Amino acid sequence: MIETDQLTRCYGHLTAVDALSIRVEPGQVLGLLGPNGAGKSTAMRMIAGFLIPTSGTARVCGYDVSREPLKAKRALGYLPEGAPSYGEMTVREFLQFIVRMRGLKADAAYRRFDEVVQRLQLEDVLGLCIDTLSKGLRRRVGLAQAILHDPPVLMLDEPTDGLDPNQKHAVRQLIDTMARERTILISTHLLEEVHALCNRVVIIARGKLLADATPAELERRSRYHGAVSFSAPGSGMSQEMLGRLPQVASIEVDPLDGRITVFPKVGERILEPVERLLREQGLEVSEIQLERGRLDEVFRQITTQDGDGARGATTGVSA
Amino acid sequence: MSPITAVMRRELRSYFVTPVAYVFLVIFLVLAGTLTFYAGDFYEREQADLQPFFVMHPWLYLILVPAITMRMWAEESKGGTLELLLTLPLTLWQAMLGKFLAAWLFIGLALGLTFPIWITVNYLGAPDNGVIAAGYLGSWLMAGTFIAIGACLSALTRSQVVAFILTALVCVLLILAGQPQVVDFFQGALPRKLVHAIAHMSMLQHFDAISRGVLDVRDLLYFLISMIGWLIAGVLLLDLKRTR
Repeated sequence: MIETDQLTRCYGHLTAVDALSIRVEPGQVLGLLGPNGAGKSTAMRMIAGFLIPTSGTARVCGYDVSREPLKAKRALGYLPEGAPSYGEMTVREFLQFIVRMRGLKADAAYRRFDEVVQRLQLEDVLGLCIDTLSKGLRRRVGLAQAILHDPPVLMLDEPTDGLDPNQKHAVRQLIDTMARERTILISTHLLEEVHALCNRVVIIARGKLLADATPAELERRSRYHGAVSFSAPGSGMSQEMLGRLPQVASIEVDPLDGRITVFPKVGERILEPVERLLREQGLEVSEIQLERGRLDEVFRQITTQDGDGARGATTGVSA
Repeated sequence: MSPITAVMRRELRSYFVTPVAYVFLVIFLVLAGTLTFYAGDFYEREQADLQPFFVMHPWLYLILVPAITMRMWAEESKGGTLELLLTLPLTLWQAMLGKFLAAWLFIGLALGLTFPIWITVNYLGAPDNGVIAAGYLGSWLMAGTFIAIGACLSALTRSQVVAFILTALVCVLLILAGQPQVVDFFQGALPRKLVHAIAHMSMLQHFDAISRGVLDVRDLLYFLISMIGWLIAGVLLLDLKRTR
């Protein structure tokens, strides 16, 4: 379990993390989302015990990271931003160093070592210097380091950054298999990742918590939620007809590919009436899609809305 | 294995996989040898002791120890591995001690490798081997103090060059503090007791005493307290970095 209570961190005048209170339970994979510089890494660094909070507390598995740092650190597997590791060491030496630092017992450590190496497909590079590895491999070494001691709490700062699609998939599978009984906190700015991994999303910007919901709940906030989109050549006529449907609020046409999106009025379902209308009009539609909502749009909405508000407020003060 | 030994082993290994260790050992041994014979008049003195050898050590350490210690924390800060290290279950103290001990053992190895000169002086005459052993001990303690200074100042900055220069500067001040020129300089300006205190800060005085074979507890304490003091300062600096 990870709990933060009014966690705050200031760098001079800048408040990087502003009274952040979150609670992640076992079984949850929480995605910490936010634009660059939102305070994701700073928050994680405080939870990991690297940075000392300006105020507020963080607890890992019930251990306060300031009062019982060693117990908190033992319960935590942490992949810092950029997956730093000692470049002059080989992968094997580096992981052995982590085994020693974690104080793992010899025979259990060997089994776990092999298991982790196999899971992250590091067998072939064990003897290579970390400096000579590709970015993706280094990231995997960092992940291996974080899960070597099989921690109940896992915190990964941009775990799939720099990986190719296949590697991303492998890492996501790994996190998925680990998710069941563990508490996992990942930060990311890839919205696809949220879909693939997380069962809860926290959005922060300028250090403040702006949203805390499931991915589906967030999607429901999108204006695209429940909209119907289709492509059909020569549909100029039917657009007018669609607009006259009582459930339809508006219609947009993508200027690039001509795809038509029909937005419903609040609380209305429009897939069926739209389909019926298209059939009646005898229009050939290759495929028609019911939109779930677009996270990127919600993300933008949430993170910029607040920004405008904040800017407005500051200009108000200075005026 | 305790975190201290794990850190120490990693540090030592990193000396030897990079050229640092070999460059250091070669330069140290060559300089220690040649300076003893050429600058120290080893033969011309016609005395069977290693005074000319030990006299050179403070100046060798002045250049070489900062080169070993400058990367200690600066490199970790810059490369981001500091975050990795400090989120592993170990205290700042354990990390600092592990790194310090690695460097101190390494210098110990370098000192040990000067054994041919000890053999030489025994071959040429009948030296007091007790005095020589004391000389080695004093030299090693002095090296430890230099390392503790370097460890502390390396924690201060992300730049290895800055760490090197600061360490060399502090070390040269500590070497020179007891020299007559420095004492004379302060004589008029400062109260006698303060001048006395500055003179006693000098590493050379304490080192000279030990290397002449006079094992005074006060000289040993001087080095031990210096080491502990600088290491405490280094740990405090690292802790301060986490709050800034």
